[in-house]
Amino acid sequence: MSQPAIDVRGITKSFDGKVVVNNLSLTVERGEIYGFLGPNGSGKTTFIRMLCGLLRPDSGSGQCLGMDVIHDAVNIKKHVGYMAQRFSLYGDLSVRENLDFTARIYGVANRKDAVAGMIERMSLAPYADQLAQSLSGGWKQRLALAASLIHGPELLLLDEPTAGVDPKARRDFWDEIHELAGQGLTALISTHYMDEAERCHRLAYIAYGDLLAKGTVDEVVAARGLATWEVAGPGLYELANRIKALPGVEQVAHFGKTLHVSGPDPEKLKTSLEPLMNGPQSYRVTPTSLEEVFISMMNQSSAAGQR
Amino acid sequence: MSLISPRRFWAMVVKEFVQMRRDRLTFAMMIGIPLMQLILFGFAINSNPQNLPLAVLSNDNTEFSRTLIAAMQNSLYYRVTEVISKESEAKTILKRGRALFVVTIPPDFGRLLARGDRPTLLVESDASDPTAAGSALAALSTIANQSLNRDLTGPLLPLQAAPGPVDLNVQRLYNPEIQTKYNIVPGLMGVVLTMTMVIITALAITREHERGTMENLLCTPVKPIEVMLGKITPYIVVGYIQMSLIILAARVIFQVPILGSLPLLLCVSILFIAANLAVGITFSTIAQNQLQAMQMAFFFFLPSILLSGFMFPFQGMPGWAQWVGSALPLTHYLRVVRGIVLKGNGLADIAPELWPLALFLVVMMTVAVKRYRQTLD
Ligand SMILES: Nc1ncnc2c1ncn2[C@@H]1O[C@H](COP(=O)(O)OP(=O)(O)OP(=O)(O)O)[C@@H](O)[C@H]1O
Ligand SMILES: [Mg+2]
Repeated sequence: MSQPAIDVRGITKSFDGKVVVNNLSLTVERGEIYGFLGPNGSGKTTFIRMLCGLLRPDSGSGQCLGMDVIHDAVNIKKHVGYMAQRFSLYGDLSVRENLDFTARIYGVANRKDAVAGMIERMSLAPYADQLAQSLSGGWKQRLALAASLIHGPELLLLDEPTAGVDPKARRDFWDEIHELAGQGLTALISTHYMDEAERCHRLAYIAYGDLLAKGTVDEVVAARGLATWEVAGPGLYELANRIKALPGVEQVAHFGKTLHVSGPDPEKLKTSLEPLMNGPQSYRVTPTSLEEVFISMMNQSSAAGQR
Repeated sequence: MSLISPRRFWAMVVKEFVQMRRDRLTFAMMIGIPLMQLILFGFAINSNPQNLPLAVLSNDNTEFSRTLIAAMQNSLYYRVTEVISKESEAKTILKRGRALFVVTIPPDFGRLLARGDRPTLLVESDASDPTAAGSALAALSTIANQSLNRDLTGPLLPLQAAPGPVDLNVQRLYNPEIQTKYNIVPGLMGVVLTMTMVIITALAITREHERGTMENLLCTPVKPIEVMLGKITPYIVVGYIQMSLIILAARVIFQVPILGSLPLLLCVSILFIAANLAVGITFSTIAQNQLQAMQMAFFFFLPSILLSGFMFPFQGMPGWAQWVGSALPLTHYLRVVRGIVLKGNGLADIAPELWPLALFLVVMMTVAVKRYRQTLD
């Protein structure tokens, strides 16, 4: 059981000559919740689809739950729960019927009980007999998650499972995922939310097909080596424009009544900001957040992406 | 305030053209379907059919009977396909549709003719399709008498008298009252099945792709053959409901006599239904969206209805059209249905039409399973 749940190397995929996933290697341990982040169009969906056998990689190899990703896709499917980015259950079936269908396909034992249990667990009871197409976006997501869990998978591949879901439901969702992980389930989850990224044990960041960073949140933040200052006080709007032009400043972002200024070189940033510090605003060093790290990487990769 | 803004109107027009250009297959169909109609109606279909197959049961080997056979062969209406000598064979030929007519030349034909006794030619015609037999039958008497007149020279010359040298005894088999509905109503069963089975299944898988549910389905361990059989089975039931309705209507409303065995008909129909479903499934693995699937179904339906012998006599079509028609399941199924219902055919009589149906089914199913995409790319 010490074998990782996902262990792939050199996975590459291109569409019409455009490389979408480039030589990607990833290891996800069993019981781990792995965050998968990256800007729009960076290849997250494509990579996840390759893991569950929806797309065939152009090259690369590896195993998933101890089975070969390329040749044993059929068996992998039995133990994987996948939730597509776009709602892909049957809109003209009710919630219960959708779950029942999925359970049948996977040959779930005690199907009736499993479906009833899942409806209970996901609080879907009030909607059980409603057609899936008439559910609100967030409830559709929940139904999709329920469907991906019904056969008791060992690995969950969730593609933006919480897009458009309210904060309370998201919290519930993550609690659920952590509980499942405690029982040994592995989850690879793509998301655009920073707070969700921070809830993952480890995460990977990909941009335009390339893996740019991986590790725990702290590791990823530390590896980037950004310095961040928080500025509070009056006249932040004008100040922000002035700061943006200074050398060593990479990003300036408004956070309510404060401004976060960050740059790759702490010394250089400090030198640039020092002349402003006798103004009416207060300055202090603050820990760099994941968001700043990601924006920084995104800026860099999109600059590189222009080649 | 103007009711129509030219700018907004134009925006719609431009958008529609762009979308039309993107959907190549639909565009090709918009051009292809009229072309196909043009060819089918213009060249393949002939409502005054010619070159109809005719068999001769010859019991007389004289100059006169040879003249008669040659004359029928030379006429535009007939094509003498076989000359037989056993009477039992004649029935089989008609039952199985190998020929539309069997002309029986009596044993003492030459002798009676020379004596001026006006021998009788027995003409049995397959009237299950009245339009096919009609005008050819009308011409037969003229052809026989004129050709034989030419042989009546010298001392026999006086025999060329008014009523002609021979008499014709025409027997219209299978549909003696020449009711077109007897032919159409059973045939309709095949047409209705083709139409609904192909269209419904063509949409079935395309819909999964269009709505994105295929993404979910492909992630499960379900196998292509399971998806296809699972999709086909409910429609087989629908097909049987349609068949029962038509059979009931044929009996009760149209009073079509059903001579053969209904259980046999129901049994062999499964082949035909499955063949059509396989076509639909194949289309749905090719079509990108439901509109394309509909058009492909129509593209299949058109030759099926025109070249199968449903609307126009199969035997009267040019060779290439018969060849195309023979590749379509409806052609064979029509022969099965009409054979069982109108001619009382048994399994042995319809067997020659069953294996083409089975072959078609196997080929289509193979194509469908091969084409079914197990991945999204
Ligand atoms: N079937 C396809 N054919 C051609 N190109 C594709 C196809 N699927 C994806 N792509 C391209 O691959 C790239 C990566 O797409 P992908 O959907 O994997 O991104 P993503 O990281 O999931 O983005 P998002 O965050 O917006 O969901 C995009 O540029 C997209 O246009
Ligand atoms: Mg995506």
